[in-house]
Amino acid sequence: MASDPPQGGYMARDRVWQPDALTPAYKTSVKRSPQAPLISFPSTLSEETSPVFGHDLIGPLDNDLILNFAQPGESAIGPRIIVHGRVSDETGRPVPGALVEFWQANAGGRYRHKKEGYIAPLDPNFGGCGRTITAADGTYEFRTVMPGPYPWPNGANDWRPAHIHFSLFGHGFAQRLITQMYFEGDPLIPLCPIVGALKSQAAVGALTAPLDMARTVPMDARAYRFDMVLRGRRQTYFENRAEGL
Amino acid sequence: MARAGELKESPSQTAGPYVHIGCTPNFAGLAMFGGDIGAVMKTGPVQGQEITIKGTVFDGAGTPLKDAMVEIWQADAAGLFNAVNEARGRADPNFTGFGRSPGDMETGEFVFETVKPGSVPFPDGRVQAPHISVWIVARGINIGLQTRLYFEDEEEANAADPLLTRIEHQNRVPTLLAKSEGDGVYRFDIHLQGPNETIFLDI
Repeated sequence: MASDPPQGGYMARDRVWQPDALTPAYKTSVKRSPQAPLISFPSTLSEETSPVFGHDLIGPLDNDLILNFAQPGESAIGPRIIVHGRVSDETGRPVPGALVEFWQANAGGRYRHKKEGYIAPLDPNFGGCGRTITAADGTYEFRTVMPGPYPWPNGANDWRPAHIHFSLFGHGFAQRLITQMYFEGDPLIPLCPIVGALKSQAAVGALTAPLDMARTVPMDARAYRFDMVLRGRRQTYFENRAEGL
Repeated sequence: MARAGELKESPSQTAGPYVHIGCTPNFAGLAMFGGDIGAVMKTGPVQGQEITIKGTVFDGAGTPLKDAMVEIWQADAAGLFNAVNEARGRADPNFTGFGRSPGDMETGEFVFETVKPGSVPFPDGRVQAPHISVWIVARGINIGLQTRLYFEDEEEANAADPLLTRIEHQNRVPTLLAKSEGDGVYRFDIHLQGPNETIFLDI
């Protein structure tokens, strides 16, 4: 991990902005949502530290889903895209050295998982996962194929919009976040009960990646830009109250 | 709670049913990356008491989750974190402090082979009882759940812990206590809902 000032203390997570635990239209949340309020505490070293994920962890194809599961000389099937962006915190500070993991369905909308029941075909050359570490300026990028939308057993006819799952591990265990990226213009976005867990159009917009023609590779791949924001860190421990709590 | 001039944290979305593809691909049957991150917490001989933590995540109907991912993060036996921003000393180099478990495919039981953590100071300098930070994601969980594991057999330290003692609903505190099953094995079951709902933290 790159330079990380030792001072810490995370700003409170905005639970009004974040989705509620219970969102009945997303049926699985009904029995998996805590009902008591969360108990609030200021973060401590236990939440302000995080494991070391070095660049030596990452292999040369870890961020190339077109090739990282493909047979030699072959490649994943589907529209080729580049996904790139910047990870910062709420104060705009870049988050270098963050572990970014991503997973997705193949171009037909099918996951490589034994519990997957969708009739769309598996692509023998597509595993569906990758990972990278953010650079000193917080940027990341990877190459993949456009995931397909797919049906899922929630309502009688619910479909997930095309999406890529992201897991972010920044500079503190309190920053830990899993989210999903959607694609600009997908008509399934407003119909999806999981997207519907988001409480504002601004929140949906924050997870919708625009097409980025400036980063396309002509005759090869389109590009989408997806910036992500992790919780903000205060500047110093005892800025305001040297005596503590 | 708008904070003018600041960016907003990216909204969370559920990890979905296939979090294992992304975070523990080898467990999911994808031979990738030379192994799964967080599968091994001890990379050599470690200091302190080696312990095993077992547990199951239950939903509000009492059904074990088989598609969850549980992560833990903790100090070493001396109370030091193997982190870049650990300024108090050098942590045990053979202990990562980070574990990630997808749970058993049939039962959902998660297992961590780790060490009993030492004490870590609270921001005001008071000593915290030995504890492990726990984070749970799964299908149906819209935002990852933070909690802490304390040890039932640390009664004295628990009785003075700044967090445990400040919880208003003291009758719920036992949901944060891992129970010793002997031979260094502890059980920490997590209940997402119901009369034994685990205390989840906003930290």
